[in-house]
This record gives sequence, C-alpha cells and structure tokens, in this order.
Amino acid sequence: MTGLLIGIAAVLVFAILLLIFRIQTLVNVMKGSYSNRVNSSNGFHALGLVLFLTIGLGLFFWYSSVATEHYLPKAVSEHGVRTDLMFWITMSILCFAFVVTNVFLFVFAYKYQYKENNKAFFYPDNHRLEIVWTVIPAIVMAILVGYGWKEWAAITKEEPKDSVVIEIMGKQFAWQVRYPGKDMSLGGYHFTKIDASNEFGVDFTDKASYDDFMPTELYIPKGKPVLLRIRARDVLHSVFAPHFRLKMDAVPGMPTKFWFTPTKTTETIREELGKPDFNYEIACTEVCGRGHFAMRFVIKVVEPEQYEKWFAEQKTFVSLNKDYVLTKAPEHLKGLIGVDEPVAVPASPAVIPVADTTQPAMADTTQKLKL
Amino acid sequence: MDLAHTSTETHLDHGHDHDHDHEELSWIQQYIFSEDHKVIAKQYLFMGIMWAMFGGAMSLIFRLQLGFPNASMQWLQPLLGDWIKEGKLDPEFYLALVTMHGTIMVFFVLTAGLSGTFSNFLIPLQIGARDMASGFLNMLSFWFFFLSSAIMMVSIFLETGPASGGWVIYPPLSALPQAVTGSGLGMTLWLTSMAFFIISSLLGGINYITTIINLRTKGMSFFRMPLTMWAFFITAVIGLLSFPVLFAAALLLIFDRSFGTSFFLSDIYIAGEALQHTGGSPILFQHLFWFLGHPEVYIVLLPALGITSEIIATNSRKPIFGYKAMILSMLAISFLSFIVWAHHMFVTGMNPFLGTIFMFLTLIIAVPSAVKAFNYITTLWRGNIIFTPAMLFSIGLVSFFISGGLTGIILGNSAADIQLHDTYFVVAHFHLVMGSASFFGMLAGVYHWFPKMFGRMLDDTLGYIHFWISFVGIYMVFFPLHYIGIAGFPRRYYSFTGFDFTRSFTDLNTFVSIAAIITFAAQFIFVFNFIYSIFKGRRANANPWRSNTLEWTTPIHPGHGNWVGELPTVYRWPYDYSKPGAPEDFIPQNVPYAQTPESNFPNEIDPVEHKH
Repeated sequence: MTGLLIGIAAVLVFAILLLIFRIQTLVNVMKGSYSNRVNSSNGFHALGLVLFLTIGLGLFFWYSSVATEHYLPKAVSEHGVRTDLMFWITMSILCFAFVVTNVFLFVFAYKYQYKENNKAFFYPDNHRLEIVWTVIPAIVMAILVGYGWKEWAAITKEEPKDSVVIEIMGKQFAWQVRYPGKDMSLGGYHFTKIDASNEFGVDFTDKASYDDFMPTELYIPKGKPVLLRIRARDVLHSVFAPHFRLKMDAVPGMPTKFWFTPTKTTETIREELGKPDFNYEIACTEVCGRGHFAMRFVIKVVEPEQYEKWFAEQKTFVSLNKDYVLTKAPEHLKGLIGVDEPVAVPASPAVIPVADTTQPAMADTTQKLKL
Repeated sequence: MDLAHTSTETHLDHGHDHDHDHEELSWIQQYIFSEDHKVIAKQYLFMGIMWAMFGGAMSLIFRLQLGFPNASMQWLQPLLGDWIKEGKLDPEFYLALVTMHGTIMVFFVLTAGLSGTFSNFLIPLQIGARDMASGFLNMLSFWFFFLSSAIMMVSIFLETGPASGGWVIYPPLSALPQAVTGSGLGMTLWLTSMAFFIISSLLGGINYITTIINLRTKGMSFFRMPLTMWAFFITAVIGLLSFPVLFAAALLLIFDRSFGTSFFLSDIYIAGEALQHTGGSPILFQHLFWFLGHPEVYIVLLPALGITSEIIATNSRKPIFGYKAMILSMLAISFLSFIVWAHHMFVTGMNPFLGTIFMFLTLIIAVPSAVKAFNYITTLWRGNIIFTPAMLFSIGLVSFFISGGLTGIILGNSAADIQLHDTYFVVAHFHLVMGSASFFGMLAGVYHWFPKMFGRMLDDTLGYIHFWISFVGIYMVFFPLHYIGIAGFPRRYYSFTGFDFTRSFTDLNTFVSIAAIITFAAQFIFVFNFIYSIFKGRRANANPWRSNTLEWTTPIHPGHGNWVGELPTVYRWPYDYSKPGAPEDFIPQNVPYAQTPESNFPNEIDPVEHKH
C-alpha cells in the first residue's frame, strides 16, 4: 500500500514538473526569447561560474586546513619522511597551478561573457606565448622527475647487508609471516608442499627450514633496515603499510621485496597520538576476492633490545609441529627436530593460529581477535 | 561496403536521385540494419545512454554501501535477490558492481558511446562526405557492439555473478573460479563480450581512418579540418594499434582458463590444492593489459577534447587558440600514450629501473596536456562568450581536465605513487580527468549536435539545470576522495571498519554518496529532455549556433548522402570567427575568399580552379 502511495506521489510530482516545464516553454515562446541570439540567462551562468570558483576554492582551503590530522598518517619510516616532503612540495606546485588555471578559466568566462556590441578578438596564435608555456611546464616536470628519480632510486636500491629479513606471504584472505630463525636464513619452499599444517609450503629437506618460526604479528626493531620478502600463494595481493609508506604487490610465482627502516616504536607513536591502543597495520591493496577488505595484519615496532629478546623467545615451527615434520623430513635431518629445548605445549599439531583455508573467508577473524 | 560506395557515386553523378534511393530501402534497412552513418551514430548514442544509466546506477549501489555502511539494503532485494543477505550487500557482488561499473563506463559508454556516436555522426558531415568509406563495415561495427553489449548484459544476471576481479581483470584472480565466483561463467562472458567489442571498435576505427584520409571534400586539406576531426582521427589510430593487444591478452587468458596453459599462472595453491600451472607471469598480463589500458584513456579523452575545441571556439566566437599547437599536442599525447603504460605498475614488482623510465615518460605527457589547457583558456580570453548548455559542459570539461590531470603528476612519480597507488586518490584522479571530463565532452556533444541529429533543439532550461547539478555534483563527489586517498584508503574495499587507519572520514563518505545520488538523479533530467525533444523539441534552424563547419550547410534533416546536389567545397579553415572586417562574426568553411574581400588577410586567395 505504501508502495502504491509513493508511486502515485512520484507520478504526481513528475506531472507537476512536466506542467511547469511546459508553462516555462510557452512563456518563453510568448516572450519571444527564442528569437534572441543569446539566452537571457547568459549573465547568470557567467556569474554562477565565478561563484562556483570562489565557493569551491574557499571550501578547498577550509577543508584542507581543518582536516589535516585525518588525511595523512604520520610517516614512520626513513624513506617515508622523505617521500612525504616530496609529496607536499609537489602538491604545493600543483595547488598553485590548480588555482591559477581554474581562476583564469572561470574569470575569463565571466569577464568575456556575451555583450551585444562586443566583437571577439581574432587571435589565432602567438608563438612566443606558446613556447613560453610549453617550456615552463617542461622545466617544472624535469625538476620533479629528477627529484622523484632520486627518491625512487634510494628506495629501490639493494637492501643493506645487515637487514632483518622477514618473509610475508599473502593468501585469501590473510597475511602470514615467517622469520629465518637463529641461522638467519629462510628455509626453501615450494607451492606443492603447501597443506593445512604447512601454510608456507616450507621445504623440510632444507636444513635452514628447521629453525624458522611464524608469529602472528610482525615484530621489527626500530632504526634497523627491515627487508620484506613478499610472495603470494593463490592470487595477487599487495602489502600496504600506510604508516611506513610501503606498498608492494605479492605475486604468485614471482617473489618481490621492499626494504625500509622504521623510525618510531609502537609505544612512542601511541604516546604521541594519545591513543593507547593504536597499531601499525598492513592492508591488502590489490583486489583479491571476497575478503579483500579484511586482510589486516599488525606490525609492532620495538626497541632493538626488545626485538632481540622477543626473537630469542620464539618457538620454531618444527618444535610446535614435530609429528608433522617427522612425516616430511628426510632421514639425515630428523635429528634436528628434537634439538630445541623441550616444548611445554600439548602434543596436538599446529597450535599456531593460522587461518584455515577450509574456513569460509568471512569467518577469518582469528587474526583480528588476537589484536 | 560496395553498396554505400555505389550510392555515393550515384549521388555524385546524379545528385537529385537521392530521394529515389530512399524509397527502395525498407524500414529495417533504414532504421535497424542501416548503413547510413547518421543512423548508426544514433544507435550508438542510444546504447551509450542506456549503458551510462546502467553503469551509473551500479555505482549508486556501492556508494550506498560505502556511505551508509550500517543501513539495511533489504529494500533492494526485489531487484538484487540473493545478492542481498540479511539486509547486507554480498561482498563479492560489491566487487562485481565495481568491475561492471568500470567496464561499462570505460568501454561501452566512453569508448563506444562517445567515439561511436560522434565519429560516425561527424566525420562524413564535417569533412564533406556522403557517408563512411564502408557503410557495411560501419553497420557491422554497431551490431558487433550490440552483440557484445547483449553478452555483457546477460552476464550480469548469472547466478554466480558477472566478472568481479576489477575492470583490469588481473589474473590469477580472473583466471580461477575457485578464487571468486565471478571468475566462472561471468568472466567467460566478459572475455567473449570484450572480444566482440574489440572487433567492433576495430571495424569502426578502420572506417574512420579510411574515411578521413580518402573522402575529404575538395579543399578540405588536413590543416583545414576541424579539431574534432583531428581528435577522432588520432583516436581511431590509437585504438587500431592498441585494441589488438588487449585482444591478445584476452585470448591468452582464455587459454589459461580453459585449456590449461600457463601464460599468466604459476605456483598457485588454492582451495586446498596445488595447481599444475607453472612458469607463467601475472605481470605479463598487466603489461599487455596496460598497453591497451593507457592508450584507452586517450581513446576516451581525445574525442571529448576535440568536441570541446569545436564548441569552445564556436561559442567564444573566436578561433581556437593555437590550432596547430592543438594538433601537435594531440599527436604528442597519443604517441606518448603508448610508452607510459607501466606507470600503472610501479609497485607490481617490476624492475625498479623500468619504474624510473616510465616516470620520466609519464611526466612528459603533462607538457602537451598543459598546452591544451592553456589554449582552451586563451580561447576564452577576449571572446564574446555565449553560454549554451554545450558551452557550459565544455568549460566544465576543461576544469575537470585540469583538476584531475594535475594529480596525475603526483601519481606518475613512482616514489610518491608507492603510498597512493590503488587508493582513492587514484579513483579521484581518473574519475575527474578521464571519467567526468569525457562524460562532459559527450554531453556537450549531444547538446551541440542534437539539432543536426534530430532537427530539433534540446530544451535550454533543462540543459542548464542538468549542467549545474552535474558540475557541482561531480566536484562534490570526486574532490573529497583525494583526502580519503591521501589518508591511504584502498580502492575496492567493501567496508572500512576493519582497520584503524580507515576509521575516519565516515561523514565525508556519506557526503560523497549523497552528492553521487543527487548527481545521478540529475541525469534523468537529461534523459527526459533528450527523449522529449526528439519528438516535441523546438524546431531547429539550419545553423543554430552560427558555426563554420560543414555539417551546418546540410539541410535541417540531412538525408542519405547528406548534401542535396554537389558536395560543398572548402575554402578556409574552420575557425574564422569574429574576423576583423567581416560583417558577421562567423564565416563558414564553404565561403570562398572571393566573397569576403573585406576580411581577407593578404595571403588569403582562393586557389585557381583547374578544369579537367
């Protein structure tokens, strides 16, 4: 019934609008407006454009100044601080060009609106002017390219030798990380070795695999270069850590990497922002399916000493999944399985709370609950 | 092909036979399987408008989701069925909507709807030809587009949903039905539809190029062509060179999906099993895709810029400033458009050195683009501007082109792009510079050439209302997205509640959604105006905008063959507006210098006629 009423109301409103439209047309016919060369509202539109410009620019500057705390999270990596500076320098140049060109566009539109006795100025070209405004943008662009080039080269150069190496893997719909363990060397992997227990497809015929560990948060030390070795095991994902100005696609079959140096611990930033539960986050920025918007992973930046301590406390994957590894390990490496100090956990396999591939993606809240 | 040609020659020989030709054509030949470029143009236009409303409506659904994340969508269930579960939009359907919105807008509206309509309509009329070089291929071009549209439309109604991996359909997501349900039959239909679409646009493009090169009327040298013609010509060349690459990519993807090849797939473990694919590269697909994808931006934009050049000159009553510079900058843009594609791929893991090269090439494009913007502005300077609805839309286009183009300078900088890639900053950027600018170009074109298409005028007042709501609305929709993008909000997110860094801006997102709803609603004013005016609009006179180009020398309702009697001869460039000394503020291209001694410059003399 309500539907019907709304329908009738809509039809009536439409009919009224139609009527107004018809009357307006007839009035114009009576007034002879259509025989005028220029519509009587010409001046109104000229004024409208200038008003739009004024109000629009006003809103632009007003909002840009009041919303600053919302639209750029603090950069907490060394290269992030530099690219932010570049971003704002470029942005100021662009804002200048944006304001000047739009002002000219709308002010000219207003100023040179049709007047009965005016004649437009026949002005087909002016080579000097054209050369000037080709050369100026070219110079500005050259400067920006040079600047960007320098930063890009610094960001993408080889990572320092002493970098902390961590592997991060994207899957539908979660991130997982793997640390190299005490030998500082990540064990090999192959996608055919992946199963419900061995999410990374770690190769247990490789000795280096035996001390690797997979925590549920990404711990990194402040002030040290960190190298992320990035891969994906099903579709494209993209590691995006906004606070670190870090983004790199995770590609199945083609490992990628990104290195950076964090400059503020989680503790420090929490105090600075006055948000005791603030966390650095990783999100996915390459569309990957149903749960694309929910691939959250937490980064904890800690002081180097804390990091060392934390690192030493981690239990290896092998020690937590002895039974599983026993079935995969070749004879000569089986001795490595028990080498670690006795593990005080129940004998059940896989206590690491990794997301289960068999679960529906939306229910993949394991990681969130841990936060 | 021969049919049109013979009829063209018939016209040349016996110009007055042309009414006779008409009677021989059945209704179906005249209006359905027509080979007349004007009818085909209208067919493209109707399809374009239909798709635009469809694509726009889709964006409203996901804007509702983003702007009002807690509201129930139960009321949409009669329309969307199982895609609404317990009042919530299904996340996969959200992705499908985003994908379809992009595909429809980029390809069906702004490529077919824009180029298809105006290239078809204007090329023969502005260069003085009876019809396209091949009327038959032209007809095929439209019907391939129709087939492609029909297949895409069917895919929307599949139970597993249409393609949903984004309009860029990156594999492996688009190759594996296990990854997202839209990659099943929906993706198959998407690829089939696009294959037909590419055929359609190639057939059209070949025709546009051939016609412009071969069928220009006497005196219509390349440098006397209106800038619209240059724009359509260059666009067709770009399309011809780049669409086949997309075709190749689609074909390889079909092989990967259906025949077990591994062009784009490698080392995949999904849904509990390791797939046999090995050795392929997903990055290869991205290279192939963007080799079309970037020129596609200009395929969409250049026709709009061409249309705008014509409209701004006509309504400023001034020659377009820097005619040759405009042509040169279009040529430069189109050349550069082929060598900047990898700026979409700075953070895909591509070799960083390539990033450097592509940043350099990308930022060069800013120079010819800036030249174009400056030339438009200078054309307004000291003009005598008449604000027709078409003129307002053209000025709006220039503003969008500047505002959206500038942010491209940041995105083209690989180091700055790290943070902004795949965020709303990108969404804001291309919706302004490519989406809205081209959309305004298309609307400007409809307002300007409607009298030539239908012999009647669109209603001005409705046009003005349409312009103001759309212009303000589009800025209100896309400008705020820059802030959201700088804050790092990723694209194609169903919801922003999962992260600390995306907690803010809920009010701004609501604002954007409301602006989008109002802007979309205003398009119905246009649709009403369009349909109403076809039947009941005020009758147009032959040259309502007092324009110089040849299409306004045809009868009010040009028949098949366009001109009655001989084709017009061209004596001058199309921009003799407000020429000093001339009694009127325009001199059409077909007026010889001999008739305008009072306004001729010293070197302006008619060529000596050679008798054959």
